[in-house]
Amino acid sequence: MLRAIRHKNILPAFSAFRAFSSSAKEMTVREALNSALDEEMSADPKVFLMGEEVGEYQGAYKITKGLLDKYGPERVLDTPITEAGFTGIGVGAAYYGLRPVVEFMTFNFSMQAIDHIINSAAKSNYMSAGQISVPIVFRGPNGAAAGVGAQHSQCYAAWYASCPGLKVLSPYSSEDARGLLKAAIRDPDPVVFLENELLYGESFPVSAEVLDSSFCLPIGKAKIEREGKDVTITAFSKMVGYALKAAEILAKEGISAEVINLRSIRPLDRSTINASVRKTNRLVTVEEGFPQHGVGAEICTSVIEESFGYLDAPVERIAGADVPMPYAANLERMAVPQVEDIVRAAKRACYRSVPLAATA
Amino acid sequence: MALSRSGSNLLKPISPFFSCAPSILSRSISSSNDSITVETSIPFTAHNCEPPSRSVTTSAAELRSFFRDMALMRRMEIAADSLYKAKLIRGFCHLYDGQEAVAVGMEAAITRKDCIITAYRDHCTFLSRGGNLVEVFAELMGRRAGMSNGKGGSMHFYRKEGGFYGGHGIVGAQVPLGCGLAFAQKYSKDENVTFAMYGDGAANQGQLFEALNIAALWDLPAILVCENNHYGMGTAEWRAAKSPAYYKRGDYVPGLKVDGMDAFAVKQACKFAKEHALKNGPIILEMDTYRYHGHSMSDPGSTYRTRDEISGVRQERDPIERIRKLLLSHEISTETELKDIEKEVRKEVDNAISKAKESEMPDPSELFTNVYVKGFGVEAYGADRKELRATLP
Repeated sequence: MLRAIRHKNILPAFSAFRAFSSSAKEMTVREALNSALDEEMSADPKVFLMGEEVGEYQGAYKITKGLLDKYGPERVLDTPITEAGFTGIGVGAAYYGLRPVVEFMTFNFSMQAIDHIINSAAKSNYMSAGQISVPIVFRGPNGAAAGVGAQHSQCYAAWYASCPGLKVLSPYSSEDARGLLKAAIRDPDPVVFLENELLYGESFPVSAEVLDSSFCLPIGKAKIEREGKDVTITAFSKMVGYALKAAEILAKEGISAEVINLRSIRPLDRSTINASVRKTNRLVTVEEGFPQHGVGAEICTSVIEESFGYLDAPVERIAGADVPMPYAANLERMAVPQVEDIVRAAKRACYRSVPLAATA
Repeated sequence: MALSRSGSNLLKPISPFFSCAPSILSRSISSSNDSITVETSIPFTAHNCEPPSRSVTTSAAELRSFFRDMALMRRMEIAADSLYKAKLIRGFCHLYDGQEAVAVGMEAAITRKDCIITAYRDHCTFLSRGGNLVEVFAELMGRRAGMSNGKGGSMHFYRKEGGFYGGHGIVGAQVPLGCGLAFAQKYSKDENVTFAMYGDGAANQGQLFEALNIAALWDLPAILVCENNHYGMGTAEWRAAKSPAYYKRGDYVPGLKVDGMDAFAVKQACKFAKEHALKNGPIILEMDTYRYHGHSMSDPGSTYRTRDEISGVRQERDPIERIRKLLLSHEISTETELKDIEKEVRKEVDNAISKAKESEMPDPSELFTNVYVKGFGVEAYGADRKELRATLP
């Protein structure tokens, strides 16, 4: 069975290209991640993969497909279901100088290993005054999938991003996925790389530059996905797609929204966010995770600290509902932000949500 | 109270009979490099493997260096006790006196390319891996001359160039980390091993078994060393572990029980373990040892064990006394010479403390250094970010 899915090319995503008349190519997020892992493993023999089902199963979500065949069982390691143990082993290997990429089947399971992520990885460079650096990447799907219930749906962006010593990245598009994962693997510090299961199958156009094996995105820089002048909407991961849809709807109603794809939760690109708010004077933060002490709370405070005088309206915050994720489809839909939530909040920020006339 | 079951069995390492002096000696001629054969205090007890021989080859030079190194470690820890009481050392301070034979015996069996990782009782292990006294005392006092620039403290000593990976405060975490070091050694085809040390308290940690399972599956050159000093903080081993036979807890992983107060038994066991691990994967060494101090400087160490037990071990099993007796009985050193060495060592420690005291506290800018290797010029904040912020390089 393994032979049938062997990748023969150096660029395994080649088979997924669809040529358009403008010769724009498309790539799914899954292919983007797979190609990034492939290229970085090829470039640096110290990079190796570890996690449950990453090898023979080809990856629980097929992100590591073909890599066992290509690089062998010494570099693509299937682990037992023991997160605390194998994460500690990964961090120890990074202490020695290897560059592990540890996969969590979902970040919900990273809680079993969180002591190693925080205490063994994040803090070591500081405690050792630079003697022990930890060039490790922890990656996997984060946040809600569909119908998987409370224990399998939490977003960990705020938890990890609060910790000094960690870098926390969250891609949206295939370009993000490729560029940020490559940057993460090359980075000398521990990086938490938060993917999204529902994005894996989505296709995005990618330029020739993105496809080049040296392509890399800077860590700590957000991307302005859509320029606008009336209200700033910040988002990351899947919510970027929702924010862009909301921006389309808002445009039809005469509100020009600027959508910022954070890409990097820690370091947070405060200057891009603040520059945008200084231009638009209104802000809506969007995230999937729990609202209290979330990413939006940090962004809101950052803007109040640095750009208070520029705000023309209170900051609006759209987040997951403050409840464990329910299973029933209608309740689940209420527990996660929808496009209409973002539209409504943007209108409120623009003081356009209620008609001026008091008559019905 | 818990004291009823402890006590006399700690005076005797393992088996009912105990011999203080080695029974087979080959008398050396005066040359310090001639080999001497010494017998370990008792035979090794093995689990799933053939134990090594009780006869250990050594030399006069090695005997003298064991004495000096352990005397230095002993003196260092006692000096740290005084510094802590004088409030020059703050926070946690876990002292190793009584357990010196493990650090010294292990070092004698391995090279600096082998790795050691341990928990928070790490001062002496750091020293044996090539660290110096000034770095130790400066770090303990939070000064910039400390090996971690004063930013780590007692539990976070590191010496990567000497193969010492710390210094860890979370009980048990160092064991998977150590298996990771072993993984990296195997991956890099280094032909070296890692000694991952932990206590009897940590021996019950789940992550230890997770790591051991992977180490056995993947044939990692990992040696798990349980420094069984019989108390996990204030809890005696029989109250914490259903099976305190820690050398057997690896089940399919072989184990050896060693008299941890006998530096030669430790040396022999570590040599044996290194050979084993390079060929056959993980092995567990249980070092039967004892700490004279309490768990840390906040613990008097006498509420859960009797003073008789402590003084009994000191009289019957002290690791430095064992070497002293060997040096005297082999006529390698005289009483006076040994006392002189102890005086020298005391002076060395005092000088190091003075020097460490001269070192300043870290510059305030150090608050923000080493957060990342590569900070991308990002901003970091103090308590009042409008007052204190820094750019991370």
